[in-house]
Amino acid sequence: MQKLQTGKRPLSFYALSVFFVLFVLFLYGPMSAIYILSFQGPSGGLTFPMRGWSLHWFDALFSQQRTGDFAGAFTRSMILAAMVLLLTVAISVVAGLAFRRRFVGAAFVFYLAVASLIMPGLLVGLGVGLTFQTLGVQTKWFASALGAQLTWTLPFGMLIMFAVLSRFNRAYEEAARDLGATNWQIFLWVVLPILFPGMIAVALFGFTLSYDEFPRTLLTSGAANTLPMEIWGMTTNVTSPALYALGTVTTLVSFIAIALALGSIALIQWRRSRPVGNVSLAKEQE
Amino acid sequence: MNPGDRRPAARGSIELAGVTKRFGETTAVKNIDLKIPGGCYCCLLGPSGCGKTTILRMIAGHESPTDGAVLIDGENVVGKLPVERGTAMMFQSYALFPHLSCTDNVAFNLKTRGVDKAERRAHARDMLDRVRMKSFADRLPAQLSGGQQQRIALARSLITNPRVLLLDEPLSALDEFLRLQMRGELRNIQAEFGITFIHVTHTQMEAIALADMVVVMDQGQIEQAASARDVYDRPRTGYVAHFMGGQNVLAGTVTGRQARIVTIASGKKKIDITAPPSATASAPAVGALFEVAMRRDRVRLSRAPSEAADAGVNAVSGRVSGIEYQGTWLKISIEDACGEGFVANVPDGAFFADPLTIGDPVLAHWDPEQLHFLASRSGKASETATAGPAGAPTAVAAG
Repeated sequence: MQKLQTGKRPLSFYALSVFFVLFVLFLYGPMSAIYILSFQGPSGGLTFPMRGWSLHWFDALFSQQRTGDFAGAFTRSMILAAMVLLLTVAISVVAGLAFRRRFVGAAFVFYLAVASLIMPGLLVGLGVGLTFQTLGVQTKWFASALGAQLTWTLPFGMLIMFAVLSRFNRAYEEAARDLGATNWQIFLWVVLPILFPGMIAVALFGFTLSYDEFPRTLLTSGAANTLPMEIWGMTTNVTSPALYALGTVTTLVSFIAIALALGSIALIQWRRSRPVGNVSLAKEQE
Repeated sequence: MNPGDRRPAARGSIELAGVTKRFGETTAVKNIDLKIPGGCYCCLLGPSGCGKTTILRMIAGHESPTDGAVLIDGENVVGKLPVERGTAMMFQSYALFPHLSCTDNVAFNLKTRGVDKAERRAHARDMLDRVRMKSFADRLPAQLSGGQQQRIALARSLITNPRVLLLDEPLSALDEFLRLQMRGELRNIQAEFGITFIHVTHTQMEAIALADMVVVMDQGQIEQAASARDVYDRPRTGYVAHFMGGQNVLAGTVTGRQARIVTIASGKKKIDITAPPSATASAPAVGALFEVAMRRDRVRLSRAPSEAADAGVNAVSGRVSGIEYQGTWLKISIEDACGEGFVANVPDGAFFADPLTIGDPVLAHWDPEQLHFLASRSGKASETATAGPAGAPTAVAAG
């Protein structure tokens, strides 16, 4: 009781604060070093001190000299992530809707799908690679790697959709049916728009999980590298700050993806609850 | 509007014939027969789980009866889509589409019919005008109050030009003040559009304030279907009397029978009651169960010399156990009067002329014409549901 009145913070507050600061330093410290070093001057090296500031290494990155095929790997990763995004969203929504009906074996199918979350990614990739080899089909980044990545993104997507749909009021569908909508119209005009913010969350997961996926892709991408594998290759043979420039660029892409996703969700929420401004008031005067 | 009227005068008359609905093991609705005349404001009233919402959803086409037929204007609509039935339903939480403006919510039905954008929006604005919501046309549902949302939901349903509007607990989401206001608006809109309203509620006063016809339900069956006044004033069964409130129910076994007097044993007491008029033919035999009700505001109180005083005919004696001031009247609870609680509603003037206090021995008595003889619970309610005028087939006290 007395503690409450004095307003003094307990010792544990300071201990935990120190712990949190250490955690933040550990998380962002090394990454910040990489971002800073990527702006090294042309004569600079892989370590501090900075020898001037320049965008030289970003230029080197895109000019494909001794840094490997960055542009190609980046393009492949973006296309692959986009495919994973679309498939993850589509399958998660459909699966989420299906699981609302308690069909026979629903629990079994659910655990089967979610089990791949705990399976070692490298083994999944190995299995997919072996299967393609046995079937005599060449592994390709847009086929075998796509499948391997989906085993990773789909469980996440489905779990998010389950959470979203558990809050979805079935009365919306009944109201739409009552007003004469066909099943397709209900899906397109009512269910999809209401689920849309949740779908953006699934898309964000699908994109970012695919974009930096490594273990499942390593043995399934075939002859051409995706970006994480390109980076992995570069760490062994590139000895210039171009490597850091690559890190900065890929991080930037991730941040843009996250900002787009969160921004669009925020925009939708705002549009649905914004206080009424002069715009609508002006309109109604007509 | 006489609820018992058999003429299919106005559009939107509804008939349920032997309707049963089972969900797995449980039977939600048991072999119900009911006729609701077109243009009638009908309330389905009962506690939660009594099957009233299931009936509404079967009329709407959101559930199919396990057995029986649902007729609208004489045509069996089982298996038809809601729009083909000419019904529209207003959901409990209104289920307004959160991503659409009020205009687009109201225009939704027109969109499904392929009406082009400009035309359907114009129609929707006209409808919004009729529910006095035109100035909110561009708002989203989340930007409206509960009462405004209800008007939008009404407009969205009415634009389908229905014969029957089905309302699932439409006022339950509103606070007390709005509830009374929207209650009046619902009634006005029903009168303006002249279509059948079927309104599900568990609030007795809401039902009798609104409805031309009240259907009291319990456990999947109809206990009474009659005018609001009949249901309140002349409940058919003890259940209806208890559920509607405002009545004392005396129930017991007949222990003696004289020319004009029936004696029943209720709890520890023996109560002498004037026998029902012979016209009703329900003269009870000795040993039979007998239930009788009288309105609480028709009971008069007088001071008794003692609690155990002999009450005489059409009276019970007991002790005052509770006094609640209600403004124009007082609710006086009397203990040990009969097997269950007995209440007298006394006008404030009469009470304060000689105020009682808790513990006072009193005699509660009533005139024989205030007695209302009840049907036993096993009686088949559906018979009275289809026959009119309601209340007539059962034992009803004069007046």
